[in-house]
Amino acid sequence: MTPNGTLNSKDTLFIQSLRKGWLGKIFLILIGLAALWKLGVSLADNPVLFLQQVINGLQLGFVYALIALGYTMVYGIVRLINFAHGDVFMVGAFVGFYTIARFQFHTWPERLFPGLPQWLVLGVGTVTVVLISMAICALLAFTIERVAYKPLRNAPRISALITAIGVSFFLEYFGALQFVFTPNFVTFERPFSVQNWQINNLGIQALPSGQSPADNSIIISNIALIIVLASILLLLLLQFIVQGTRVGKAMRAVAYDKQTARLMGINVDGIISITFAIGAALAGAAGILYATAFPQVYFVMGIIPGLKAFVAAVLGGIGSIPGAVVGALIMGQAEVLSAAYISTPMRDAVAFSILVIVLLVRPTGIFGEPEREKA
Amino acid sequence: MQRTTLFFLGGAALIFVIVQAMISFGLLNDFYVNILLLASVYAIVGLGLNLIYGFNGQFSLGQWGFYAIGAYAAGDITYWWTLDKSAHALMIALLAVLFCGAAILLLRKLLSRVRGVDALSAFTLYLVVVIFLVFIAIQLGQALSPAVSGLLSLLPDGLSLQIVFFLAVLIAGLMAAEISFLFGLPVLTLGSDYFGIATLGLTIIVKVLLDNSDTLLPFPEMKGARGMVGIPEVTNWFWAFAFLLVIVIVVRNLLHSSYGRAIISVREDEIAAKAMGIDIAHYKNLSFVLGSLFAGLAGGLYAHINGFLHPNTFNFIKSFDPMIIIVMGGLGSITGTLGASFAWAFILEGLLRVILPQGTETWRFVVYPLILLLIMLLRPKGLMGEIELPFLRQVLPPLKPKAQPEETQAEVKP
Repeated sequence: MTPNGTLNSKDTLFIQSLRKGWLGKIFLILIGLAALWKLGVSLADNPVLFLQQVINGLQLGFVYALIALGYTMVYGIVRLINFAHGDVFMVGAFVGFYTIARFQFHTWPERLFPGLPQWLVLGVGTVTVVLISMAICALLAFTIERVAYKPLRNAPRISALITAIGVSFFLEYFGALQFVFTPNFVTFERPFSVQNWQINNLGIQALPSGQSPADNSIIISNIALIIVLASILLLLLLQFIVQGTRVGKAMRAVAYDKQTARLMGINVDGIISITFAIGAALAGAAGILYATAFPQVYFVMGIIPGLKAFVAAVLGGIGSIPGAVVGALIMGQAEVLSAAYISTPMRDAVAFSILVIVLLVRPTGIFGEPEREKA
Repeated sequence: MQRTTLFFLGGAALIFVIVQAMISFGLLNDFYVNILLLASVYAIVGLGLNLIYGFNGQFSLGQWGFYAIGAYAAGDITYWWTLDKSAHALMIALLAVLFCGAAILLLRKLLSRVRGVDALSAFTLYLVVVIFLVFIAIQLGQALSPAVSGLLSLLPDGLSLQIVFFLAVLIAGLMAAEISFLFGLPVLTLGSDYFGIATLGLTIIVKVLLDNSDTLLPFPEMKGARGMVGIPEVTNWFWAFAFLLVIVIVVRNLLHSSYGRAIISVREDEIAAKAMGIDIAHYKNLSFVLGSLFAGLAGGLYAHINGFLHPNTFNFIKSFDPMIIIVMGGLGSITGTLGASFAWAFILEGLLRVILPQGTETWRFVVYPLILLLIMLLRPKGLMGEIELPFLRQVLPPLKPKAQPEETQAEVKP
C-alpha cells in the first residue's frame, strides 16, 4: 500500500481477497456447505425419516403460502407491512371452530337432505365452512382497511405500520375476552376423521387408527393431502383472479403505479380494499387448514405463523406472488428440518438466519425485482 | 453558559430533587417508583431508536434485542458478584468488551484504507477477530479474577456493589454496541424495510437463545425459559435519572455537531448527502451503534429494577414498544420521546391498572390499542409533534419527515 492510501498491484493476497469480497463469499459458501452437509448426512442416515419430514414441511409450507400471499399482495400495493394479517388468520381459525363445534355447520347437507352419502355431506359441509370463514375474514379485513388504514393513506408510512400493530393487538386481546372468543386454548374439532396411509416397499396401505405403522414407512394423512390440494386450488384461483380478470388487471396496475392507474379511471381505493379482502380470505382458509393440522386454537395463534409467512414473503421477494409461494415452501422445509435435525427451539432462529443470508445475497428476495429509482 | 442550558440543567435538577424527596418521604409507593424507573429505561431505548429511525431514517426493530443482550449481560455480572463475591464474569466481560472494542476501532482504521471492501467480507474479518479475542478474554479474565475480586472485596459492601453495577451497565451498553456494529455491517446495506425485517430477526434470534440459555448457551445461571433470578435490585431513581440525563445531553450535543447534521442529511436524502461528500455507510453505522449502545445501557438498568429477567420480556412483539413510543412522541423529537415514554409507561402499567374497575383487567390491552389507533388517526405526527424544549431544539429549522410522495411500488407479478 502506498503512503497516500491508494492501492497498487503489489497488494498482498489478503488485501486482494478483501477488495474483491472473496472473504465474504467464502464465509457464505462455508455456511451453505455446512447446511448441505448436514442435510446430506441426515438423508443418507435415514432417508425415510427425511422424506417424512419433507412431507410435513410441505404441508406447513402450503399453509404459510396462503398467509404469505396476503402479506405480499398488500405490501405490493400499499407498501404496508400488515401486521394484523396474522390475527385475521386467527379469526379464520376461530370462525371455523365456531361453525363446526358450536353450530355443527359442516353437516348441513345431511340435515337438509337426509340420506345423502357421508362423503358428499362432509365434503360439501367442509367447503361451506371454509367459505364462511373466508367470507368473514374478507369482511373483517375490508372493515379494518376502511377504518384504520384508509385515513392514513397519505400519512408517513410508519403511522400506518403502528396502526397495523395496534389493530393486531386489538384483534388479539379483544378476541381474548371471555365473551368474544376465549383466553384459553380450545381444541379444534376436525369436520372429518383422520385417515393415515403408510407407504413402504410393500406399496400403499391404509393405516387403521391406533395401529402403529410398519418400520421404514412414510405416513401420509388425508389432512396433508387436503391441505396441499386445497392450497394449490386456492393458489390457482388467485392466479386466475390476478391474471385473468379485470379486477386482477386493475390490481396489477395499481401496484405498478397508483397515480397513473387513477388517471386511467381505476377506482384505486376500491382495488386496495379488494386486495385486502382477497388476502384475508386466503388467510381465513389457511386458518382452518392450520387448525385442522394442529387442532388447537387460541387467541395469539396467529402471531408466529403470521410472522413466518411474512418472512416467507420477504424471502421470495415481497410483492411477487410466485415468490411468496416459493418462500413459504422454503420456510416450511426450514422449520421442519431444523426442528428435526438441529433442535426444536432453534427453528425460528434458523428461519431468520436463512432470511438474513438470502437478503445479503439477493437484497430484494429470490423473485424480487431490484428497487426502481423513484420516478 | 447559555440561558437555555442553565434552564435545562436547573429544571432537570429540580425534577430530580422533587421526585427523590417524594420517594424519600414515602409519597410515592414502590408501584409508582417502579413505573418511573421503567419509564426512564424506555426513554433511553426510545432515544436510541429515535437516533436511528427518527434522525437517521433506518427502520430498526432490533433495539429490543440489544436491550435484551444488555439486560442479561449486566444481570449476569452482578449475579455472580452478589452470589459469591466473584468478579470473574465482570472481568471476562470487561476484557472481552475492551479487546473487541479496540480491535474493531483498529481494524476500521486499517480497512478504511482499502477501497472496495464489501460489507460481508469486512463482517467475516471482524467476526473471526472478535471470536478469537473473546476466547483470549475468557482465559485472561479467569486468571485475573481472583486478584480483582480480592481488591473489590476490600471496599465496603455497598460501594463495591455500586461499582460492579456501574461497570456492568457500561459493559452491557458496550457489548450491545459491538454486537450491533458487527450485525449492522452487512445488514445496513439492505434497503429500509428489509433492514427492519432483518433486525426483527435479530430480536427473535436473541429471544430464542435466551429461552435456551441453559442448554444451548453455556449460562446455566440464566435458567433459560424459567427466568433469571438473584440479580441485586440496585437501580434506583438516581441511577435511572443520571443515565437518562447524560444520554439526553449526549444525543443533544451529537445532533448539534457536524456529525448530527450528517446523520440527519442521510435521512433527508441519501443521494444528495452522498453528493455532498458524506460517508453514508459510516453515519448509518454510527447512529445504529450509538442507538444500540443506549439500548444496552437501558437493558443493564432494567435488569436491576426487579432483579428478575424473563425471556418473554424480550419477545419480538415488545420490540414494537420503542417504535410506538417514538412515533407517539413525534419522530425526531427528543422532548417527544421523553414525554411519550413516561406517558406510555404510566398509561400501560399504571393508569390502566388503576383506572380500570376491578375485574376488567383483561380490557387493558383492548383499551391500549384503541388509544394507540386514536392517536395515530388524529395526530399522525405524534402527540408532541414538533414541540421541543429550547435546550434541545436544533440550530437547523425543524426537519419535517418527508411527506411521502406516492412511490413507485413493487409489482404484483404473476
